[in-house]
Amino acid sequence: MKKTILNLRVVSKEYPGSNYVLLKLTTIDDSPLPIMQPGQFAELKVENSPNTFLRRPISINFVDLEKNQVWFLIQMIGDGTRKLGDLIEGDLLNVILPLGNKFTTDLKPGSKVLLVGGGVGTAPMLYLGAVLKQNSINVSFLLGARDKEALLQLDIFAKYGDLYTTTEDGSHGEKGYVVDHSILNKEEFDFIYTCGPKPMMMAISKYADQKNIECEVSLENKMACGFGVCLCCVENTKEGHKCVCSEGPVFNLKKLLWQN
Amino acid sequence: MAKLNINIGNLEFKNPVMTASGTFGYGVEFADFIDLNRLGGFIVKGTTLHHREGNPYPRMAEVPMGMLNAVGLQNKGIDYFIDNIYPQLKGYDSNVIINVSGSTIEDYVATAEKCNELDKIPAIELNISCPNVKEGGMAFGTSCQSAEAVVSAVRKAYNKTLIVKLSPNVSDIASIAKAAEFAGADSVSLINTLLGMAVNAETQKPLLSTITGGMSGAAVKPIALRMVWQVYNAVKIPIVGLGGIMNATDAIEFLLCGATAVQLGTANFIDPQITVKVVDGINEYLDRHGYKDVNEIIGALKINN
Repeated sequence: MKKTILNLRVVSKEYPGSNYVLLKLTTIDDSPLPIMQPGQFAELKVENSPNTFLRRPISINFVDLEKNQVWFLIQMIGDGTRKLGDLIEGDLLNVILPLGNKFTTDLKPGSKVLLVGGGVGTAPMLYLGAVLKQNSINVSFLLGARDKEALLQLDIFAKYGDLYTTTEDGSHGEKGYVVDHSILNKEEFDFIYTCGPKPMMMAISKYADQKNIECEVSLENKMACGFGVCLCCVENTKEGHKCVCSEGPVFNLKKLLWQN
Repeated sequence: MAKLNINIGNLEFKNPVMTASGTFGYGVEFADFIDLNRLGGFIVKGTTLHHREGNPYPRMAEVPMGMLNAVGLQNKGIDYFIDNIYPQLKGYDSNVIINVSGSTIEDYVATAEKCNELDKIPAIELNISCPNVKEGGMAFGTSCQSAEAVVSAVRKAYNKTLIVKLSPNVSDIASIAKAAEFAGADSVSLINTLLGMAVNAETQKPLLSTITGGMSGAAVKPIALRMVWQVYNAVKIPIVGLGGIMNATDAIEFLLCGATAVQLGTANFIDPQITVKVVDGINEYLDRHGYKDVNEIIGALKINN
């Protein structure tokens, strides 16, 4: 998949939750966007931020083929991401994409899959769910957050599958963590995908391992380049150090050295 | 259009722009972004005699105008390079240079001997300055005696262009450069990364698994320029300057301070097309100032006037 550097134009900006911004972007000349797959990410250039030296890796939240738009859901946690949140409609954003490998989406039609996301880790689950649904796969989302304000894009998620939620304060869905949700005991799944905080992914991985369910996790180790040359973002796997940016971010659970 | 060709030893480069080891992979990773044939040369990642897994994660910390890394020479070894990477690089019309690293003099020599057999590799860069490995690495580059010993040994085993990459983590880089020159180096490249450290005050933990790491990026340019200038005034062999070059103007500053060529490193992470932009920018500068040949500005820094 050819990687490209291009300037995209901000078409719209939304605030799906406090401290989160959703940027929808398109090409400046209406040429079609490069083909992007669920699980891939982009490196976003941050301008006018002296403390931000490197690009920011941001996962692809959604690709709207009809409108030729790519969406980035950004949690504003530092100077760089806050500066990205300052972009307004019409601004240009320099991006490198698509980067990384992808989630497995060519499952048998009718397969039953669970997509588990926590915090801003829910971002790649939207596009993944949309593509899986298109492939006639039975999608369920299990999304967790601290409180209901931090559960993002629920109305859009609901378009592509059954929706289950947990919040730590009980303000939406079941109270607690995703791994405690009752759906995990009620339903049987053929495949689990997960992205979010590491403790959450490890807990879900343990569940998948015990039930002997195929599981793919998306990692977000700290990286400098995003395309496999700096070797900073390595995850220690059964096959040695692997770059999360180029050999991931999606890894089959069986390849990881996580204690299950 | 001015003449951009430069020479390092007997080796001609079509322009003075190269890439810094460890920031450019094996070059092929950049084929989607640039035409690699437009580069004067590209220096592939640090290669050792045997496979190295490198240091544990985390290996990177961003700092204002720069970053720290603690990769620790992760690579699959020279034999893997020869069998799997070299065939992919043979066809490029650019000087492909291997950065050779090691833990012992014997390792350096053995790796250099293997490189000597590769027709399409016209030069090696001897890395005696990696701050991220426990034994060897920087230790060879921090004393004149050990630098001279390893360069002399490799010189006997390697008969093509030999560039020696120097560490800035020394009290007098010019004396190390002179030791490398005396031992038979055709060129010195400088600077490798500066030893640094980053801490998270909240968790009270270091940000790198190795606690300390090598700093690179825009912030290190003034130190690199100073060292290039000092070395330029101390040796006769050509200098390859690097450290914090982010654009063509930065590159020209290094040429003015005495570098015959430059390497772009960390800048490749932020703009993978920066190398060709710097080639174009140097050309534009030479035209604008009425120079016919890039060699006219090497060491042309105006002092006292």
